[in-house]
Amino acid sequence: MLHTFHKGGVHPPESKLTASAEIIPVDLPREVVIAFAQHIGAPAKCELKKGDHVNRGDLVAAAGGFVSANVHASISGTVTKIDKSKTAFGLPVDTVTIVASDEDHERDLEAIKNPVALRSDEEIAKLEPKEIIGIIDNAGIVGLGGATFPTKVKLCPPPGSKPEVVIINAVECEPYLTNDHALMLQHPDEILEGVKLLMKAAGVDRAIIGIEANKGNAIDLLTQKAASDSRIEVMGLKVKYPQGGEKQLIDATIGKEVPSGALPIATGAIVQNVATAYAVYEAVKYGKPLIERVMTITGPSVERPGNYLVALGTNLKALIDVAGGVPADTGKIILGGPMMGKSAVQIDAPTIKGTSAILMLPQSEAKRNKVEPCIRCASCVSACPMGLEPYLLSTLSRFGQWEEVEANKVMNCIECGCCSYICPSTRPLLDYIRLGKTTVGGIIRARQQK
Amino acid sequence: MSPIIIAILILGGIGILSALILFVVSKRFYVKEDPRIELIEAVLPGANCGSCGRSGCHDFACACATADSLDNLMCPGAGNEAMAKIADIVGLTATAAEPMVAVLRCNGSCENRPTTSTYDGPKSCAILSSLSAGTTDCPYGCLGCGDCVSACKFDALHMDPVTGLPVVDADKCTGCGACTKACPRHIIELRKKGPKGMRVWVACANKDRGAVAMKECSVACIGCGKCKKVCPFEAITVADNLAYIDFNKCRLCQKCVAECPTKAIHTTRVIKQVTVTE
Amino acid sequence: MNPMLTISASPHFHTHRTVSTCMWHVIIALLPALACSIYFFGVGALIVIVTALLGCMATEYVINRWMFGNPDSTLANGSAILTGLLLAFNLPSNLPVWIVLIGSVVAIGIGKMSFGGLGTNIWNPALVGRVFLLISFPVQMTSWPLPGVNTWNYLDATTGATTLGLLKLGEATPDSISLANNAVGFMGGSLGEVSAIALLIGFVYLLCVKVITWHIPVAVLGAVALFTLCIGDNIGVELLSGGLILGACFMATDYVTSPMSHKGMIVFGVLIGIITVIIRKWGAYPEGVSFAILLANSVVPLIDRYIKPSKFGERSKK
Repeated sequence: MLHTFHKGGVHPPESKLTASAEIIPVDLPREVVIAFAQHIGAPAKCELKKGDHVNRGDLVAAAGGFVSANVHASISGTVTKIDKSKTAFGLPVDTVTIVASDEDHERDLEAIKNPVALRSDEEIAKLEPKEIIGIIDNAGIVGLGGATFPTKVKLCPPPGSKPEVVIINAVECEPYLTNDHALMLQHPDEILEGVKLLMKAAGVDRAIIGIEANKGNAIDLLTQKAASDSRIEVMGLKVKYPQGGEKQLIDATIGKEVPSGALPIATGAIVQNVATAYAVYEAVKYGKPLIERVMTITGPSVERPGNYLVALGTNLKALIDVAGGVPADTGKIILGGPMMGKSAVQIDAPTIKGTSAILMLPQSEAKRNKVEPCIRCASCVSACPMGLEPYLLSTLSRFGQWEEVEANKVMNCIECGCCSYICPSTRPLLDYIRLGKTTVGGIIRARQQK
Repeated sequence: MSPIIIAILILGGIGILSALILFVVSKRFYVKEDPRIELIEAVLPGANCGSCGRSGCHDFACACATADSLDNLMCPGAGNEAMAKIADIVGLTATAAEPMVAVLRCNGSCENRPTTSTYDGPKSCAILSSLSAGTTDCPYGCLGCGDCVSACKFDALHMDPVTGLPVVDADKCTGCGACTKACPRHIIELRKKGPKGMRVWVACANKDRGAVAMKECSVACIGCGKCKKVCPFEAITVADNLAYIDFNKCRLCQKCVAECPTKAIHTTRVIKQVTVTE
Repeated sequence: MNPMLTISASPHFHTHRTVSTCMWHVIIALLPALACSIYFFGVGALIVIVTALLGCMATEYVINRWMFGNPDSTLANGSAILTGLLLAFNLPSNLPVWIVLIGSVVAIGIGKMSFGGLGTNIWNPALVGRVFLLISFPVQMTSWPLPGVNTWNYLDATTGATTLGLLKLGEATPDSISLANNAVGFMGGSLGEVSAIALLIGFVYLLCVKVITWHIPVAVLGAVALFTLCIGDNIGVELLSGGLILGACFMATDYVTSPMSHKGMIVFGVLIGIITVIIRKWGAYPEGVSFAILLANSVVPLIDRYIKPSKFGERSKK
């Protein structure tokens, strides 16, 4: 009997077109646009001025607070512009543009071909937890599952809480996404080293790697590789969405519920994404900051769907062209998976740390069905993994009953989208709940400031 | 005794008992209220719009009745006349406030600002603005879902089906400011109604650089500063590639209107001409 | 260069289940019982069912089109068909056509559309129609044709009393009743309620396609069984006679008029069970499922207000 979380959940069609596909490195671009706000929390502060020359991996912008992360240059080159440019959602953000000369480009290619280890294995073994956290902080590593929460913050739990276990999120419960799967198949040793570093940094001697059962080959491979270390357990999980949610994963793996309103650390668990573990290893071993990541570029009519290794800051359009361009029938381009990803309005925009996938859906799948009246079928209540009442929250939000919305625990919502997915009347439940959550969040913050 | 008499006695008894209970309760729990509060409430619009900063018209009336001075109390919905009446009721004096009116700082109609994407979801500006820049390239302008229209308690805002923009009915608008709070883009502003309803304002909120703004919308303010140079009263400031006319300094000379290369500066008169000629 | 992109909030996936698939699943689940009713009551059953279906569909169409001014017909979602079928299931097979039509108009017109249409009604529309007829036409509504005899007769079918009616009048004792006959459906009663086995087949189907959950039917039947045990009556007879199984599996589980949380569903089911037994045992009517469901429907808003699903993170620590 496979483990899974206990409350709610849905099972959307998996559509993993690129499962087990090898990671294809995308040619290093000659120009990157690097945004300062690539994570949750304060935007990073720019450290460069126009005309500066940077090397690949140099600091571009320094963390702008405790919950923030450094941002680095993903190519060598000269800063040509520090200006606002538009995200895929059409909103202006502060960015820096770096353009590589031929010489820079050659040097970068050479460095990628022959990576130089910064620390030997002995040196790594001697590192203190504080030093590891320092390296992670400097490397600007954030949660690569999509939420982009700075990793070092999670490794520095608030006083009074005691970490007991590191849980590695390799669930990848979103349909279509296979980037973590590919990473596990291709770099199992590096991932396990990364997991050990995370365990050391957190000061725990137990780690669980949670993988959904639809990635059998990854489970087998990691189980075999991790056999030598009894502290690491690879756990196969029943396929159910949203198992990759932090709270759901803790429930599924160690059977503890994060109390309402508390941080996950209250259960003694620190959850990190599997790609984050890989990034930690690269940062410690090669001194490489977070300047590239694996992305799944996919869709039913994409010419060459696959898992691509991409330098962050690469233009989305250039990237899509590598996979065969935007298919003619495309009606929606989603950054991230189909359940929680955001739909883009344009693709002349840079990739950022949180871009886990580019999904292109055809016109036929882009539009929602007609909204029908609620028939009170209670599907949303059964599907909600947080035990909320989506039908009620959405109606209350729609009519601006913010006190009631708050009383019905809207802040517990993890925005997984199970309610909207399952609703037979195609009601925009999550649309309104999210509005309620944002508004109530603002009200609560205003109250706290008083 | 016949059953009819028994029934009458029982029902009558219940009736008398209930009446007694009601009587006692109404006497025992009677809340004494200042009689002036009711008079004040009669003058107020009763829309409970909250623009006075109180939780509703009754709350405002209570505040008026207990206040020592009416300086900080103003109901924009009722206007100066009503405030004078309230002042009479409570025996104080009300200082007249300049009437305000809501003004839309965007002219991105379907014609001026091409649609570049479609939105599929509930018709709510708040939701759309949390997702993206909207269905046009301009991340500052009107989203066109009409949150302001539903916020208006005085029926003074309507969506124009041709332009896709809200239109303020200056006669009905009380300047309560509910729409300015409802707009997630903050492009509705309260401005002085002006003499004979004359107003001059920049109908744009775009902070992008000129070239970008031009691409997004043909009538965007490009921050060129020509209006600022021509203004004899130093009423115009340009910040973040966007001009702004201070309505306290503007004397309605309208020199800037003619000067603006993108016709982003509107007056209450020109707007009528525009709709006629174009 | 780009195609016009659509933006919307996540999720961008949607299940293929729609309102009409849910309704059609329930209709399919009622087919075994439908076959049984035609087998037992013959042409009369067919006439009543067709009349009720047409009556309900016509009422819904007319009100939706001409009173609501809605140009799109709502017939395709199957809810009117389902109401018609359930109404017919609750009527005796020798009921004159004009009474069936009145029942259909009341069920859809007053029971559903007067509240604003699908999703807004408080009471189960089919039961509103049925109870209206029961009170207005008590004689016609309680003359039950005998099953399996004269299946080619309609209005002049041979009639008799139901199991519960016989018990109420003291003309039968619980021991004299054949449970096997009751389970198969060889008993007097409304045309759809008689065959427990056919209804249970439908119930299992609904569970398999996940249109309903087990909570309400199990709670109703469990409460009836327990309460009957407490007052010392025959559990088998109580469970298998009358409209209990039809009510518990198909009427009480109506989405619109049942609670939203699982805990609420159990409370709702227990309430129905208790009221049913009380009416059967001490009430004037031999049968109480319809009234019990309607009464429980009335407290659903209250149940939803106070019985909330348990939230994640509020589980007491083990």
